[in-house]
Amino acid sequence: MSKHHVTTTVNGDIVEFLVSPRTTLLDALRDQLGLTGSKEGCGSGDCGACSVILDGRLVCSCLVLAPEVEGRRVETIEGLAQEGRLHPLQQKFLEHAALQCGFCTPGILMAAKALLDENPDPTETEARYYLAGNLCRCTGYDKIIRAVMDTAADLRQARTA
Amino acid sequence: MSETLDRPTADSSGLNVVGTRPIRPDGADKVTGRAAYGADYNMPGQLVGKILRSPHAHARIVSIDTSKARALPGVKAVVTAQDFPDLASEVLEGGEQASNARDMALNVMARDVALYDGHAVAAVAAISTEIADEALARIKVVYEVLPHALDVEAAMAPGAPVLHSHLFTAGLEAKPDKPSNVAQRHLNVRGDPDAALAGAAVTVEGRYITQGVHQGYIEPHACVAAWGEDGRCEVWSSSQGQFMVRAYSAKVLGIEASAIRVTPAEIGGGFGGKTVVYLEPVALALSRASGRPVKMVMSRDEVFRSTGPTSGAVMTVKLGANADGTLVAAEVELTFQAGAFPGSPVGAACMTALACYDIPNFRITGWDVVTNTPKVAAYRAPGAPIAAFAVESALDDLARKLNIDPITIRETNAVGDGTKAAYGPVYQNIGFKETLAAIRDSEHYQTKLGPNQGRGVAAGFWFNIGGESTAAVHVNEDGTITVVTGNPDIGGSRASMAMMAAETLGVAVEKVRPMIADTASLGYSMLTGGSRTTFATGMAVIQAAEKVIDDLKGRAAKLWKISPDQVAWRDGAAHCLDATKADVGPFTLAKLAAQAGRTGGPISAQVSLNAQGAGPGFAVHVCDLEVDPETGQTTILRYTAAQDVGRAIHPSYVEGQVQGGVAQGVGWALNEAYIYDRSGHMENAGFLDYRMPVASDLPMLDTILIEVPNPRHPYGAKGVGEVPIVPPLAAVANALRGATGVRMNELPLSPPAVLAALEAGK
Repeated sequence: MSKHHVTTTVNGDIVEFLVSPRTTLLDALRDQLGLTGSKEGCGSGDCGACSVILDGRLVCSCLVLAPEVEGRRVETIEGLAQEGRLHPLQQKFLEHAALQCGFCTPGILMAAKALLDENPDPTETEARYYLAGNLCRCTGYDKIIRAVMDTAADLRQARTA
Repeated sequence: MSETLDRPTADSSGLNVVGTRPIRPDGADKVTGRAAYGADYNMPGQLVGKILRSPHAHARIVSIDTSKARALPGVKAVVTAQDFPDLASEVLEGGEQASNARDMALNVMARDVALYDGHAVAAVAAISTEIADEALARIKVVYEVLPHALDVEAAMAPGAPVLHSHLFTAGLEAKPDKPSNVAQRHLNVRGDPDAALAGAAVTVEGRYITQGVHQGYIEPHACVAAWGEDGRCEVWSSSQGQFMVRAYSAKVLGIEASAIRVTPAEIGGGFGGKTVVYLEPVALALSRASGRPVKMVMSRDEVFRSTGPTSGAVMTVKLGANADGTLVAAEVELTFQAGAFPGSPVGAACMTALACYDIPNFRITGWDVVTNTPKVAAYRAPGAPIAAFAVESALDDLARKLNIDPITIRETNAVGDGTKAAYGPVYQNIGFKETLAAIRDSEHYQTKLGPNQGRGVAAGFWFNIGGESTAAVHVNEDGTITVVTGNPDIGGSRASMAMMAAETLGVAVEKVRPMIADTASLGYSMLTGGSRTTFATGMAVIQAAEKVIDDLKGRAAKLWKISPDQVAWRDGAAHCLDATKADVGPFTLAKLAAQAGRTGGPISAQVSLNAQGAGPGFAVHVCDLEVDPETGQTTILRYTAAQDVGRAIHPSYVEGQVQGGVAQGVGWALNEAYIYDRSGHMENAGFLDYRMPVASDLPMLDTILIEVPNPRHPYGAKGVGEVPIVPPLAAVANALRGATGVRMNELPLSPPAVLAALEAGK
């Protein structure tokens, strides 16, 4: 099977790779680019462990074909911390103990980032529905929701300060 | 109640680190994507391994022709059961439950008979996923399809297909004259239950049914394995115990334990489901056959069809009581689905069923029944939630019949210190009554309910275990600390290890780096399971830290030229107690570490132990829910879980265990179930149709931690991870009974089932 050459931007860097037409973005990130932070929990878009942000929109990278990201902008968990500093969501997840095994955490952080980018002042219900595409089997979501709401409050305060 | 942010402070216990909420040592790795799980590791030159699975629930394997697969370019190995030793029956210890070597090997790779939809029958290794998939399609298996039995009733019916001709029911007075699907009977009788039930002022009874459910960890099973030309093997895998993987893989392959080194990956959830091997022996066999490393990662479909789950069950409960609610007798019969091989958790279910209550007369009978479904694996407090669903539902009916508050009836019958447990021992230092009182006195329990709303209460019990653990504590050259254990960290146990070491040594927790060793780098540890790690492995860490302190005191004494008994260790430093040496300041860890070479060499200690005295855990939950009478949809409005936790080492992660157990239990109660079609194929082998709770399904989950320190642990710790899944099934069912007036005895309480019950109840 002939391979596609893909040029795209991942976490601000222009990257190139060769993939078969049926390779998913998730597999390209993990196997071609070595970005294993995005996880495969189901391969069918039901668990959200592979969540990334594509041109500003939250997607399951297991449902995107790698050739589709030609010329586009992909943000993954590896780009969330900047210059050695954790993103406020990452810091709050640690402070609130919002993870146990940590496997769903990269996807949930990306979904939470997309939520706060879209809606800086979500209600608890809005946060719960926005994150409903991301399964976590360990935490019961309580501490995750608290961490997201707390981050949102801090970011709002920082903006008005 | 789940107050999450609490800056480290000393409390009345005099502890400085235990009981605080530091950021976990592996936290940054897990929020940045750096943490490496089972599928995140690669070996140079690795192949892709894939498994061919039976499409039939029960079929004789007449022949397997692999020639066309082997002929495909890029295929490097094909294996079947012929590539594994044909093992004799032998009981293996070391997992969460005892296993049989023959059954485990046959579960890893079917030999003559495929016993369930998804049972492995062959495997390939190829240079790409595409070629491996094509190779699987080219393997020709001739099956003779046999009749199947999916649930316990079908498997016990007259004329049912017998799965194993060697299986004769154990535990009966006399060996049966013919084989059956009933592997074992468990029986526990106290007093005269028949007479006591006949004479009871009031009785209630019910028949309860649950379906198989999966542990539902988000990380599929994954491993990479390499078989060296010298017979030395390397395995990287995600499991609940690297030593378990080594022992079971060696057994299934017929090689020595020392031939295999297992490196534990980070584990993306287990809940008991990663206490056995599925892929590792296959990957090793493929590597042996191909001469290359082999990586295997299950799909979600494979995880559902071939791993886990826990048992479906049919249960009957009859309770007899006095008019004041005092239980006088109980008759409990539990029939559990084991899956394709014997070994359901019905034994533990029998032991836990009445463990919360002091009942003078009872008979508990358990039946372990094989079925054409995946062999069950441990799932968080194995068996206990199922039994509690039945017993706690019946107790709720009894309270309603007598018009007694559900907490009161439990307090009337609650076990306490000195009570002889239904399963044998006498309880000491338990906090069940305190836990009941905490719910009774909670603000939640006092609130009023609205229309179509109900409140349910249920209690639960789990033993918790100790067991074999090894830990090493090393003092680094600058006085910082490395702690090494052999237990995979599933939910934050590295944090508790670091905290207990820091507490013992008197240093800041940030000075301690906890690591998890591979099987060639540290002595044996039992797997992470049974809520044992913080208790048992923690005890090994504390004792190793104490040995280090003894060593450090000896070195300080040598430097001061005084007797070691004139040295005290506090606040991370040696202090001289000899008044004649007034001008000697304390020797900090850093100072002593810097002089280690002159005082005896490296400072390090290792402790191996078999921890005893794990205190049992009790939980009492209260659930409020609302039912939409038009759709049967149930919404959980509020949930509070109180638990007897010993002492919480890191309260945030204890709360997290409680909340996670509640969420799994709510899913089990409301939606989760294995669904099969008539031919025995699982119909919902994916997260879309196997419906686990998502964030919008749940409210905040309040926790009340009851701290009754366990005197058998230096800091009072006991296991906390399992008991929170025990009460929710009944708490939800009892709340639904309150909301609708209809008692539903079969899980899941899904909208169609609720709607049907509402219609029938009209």
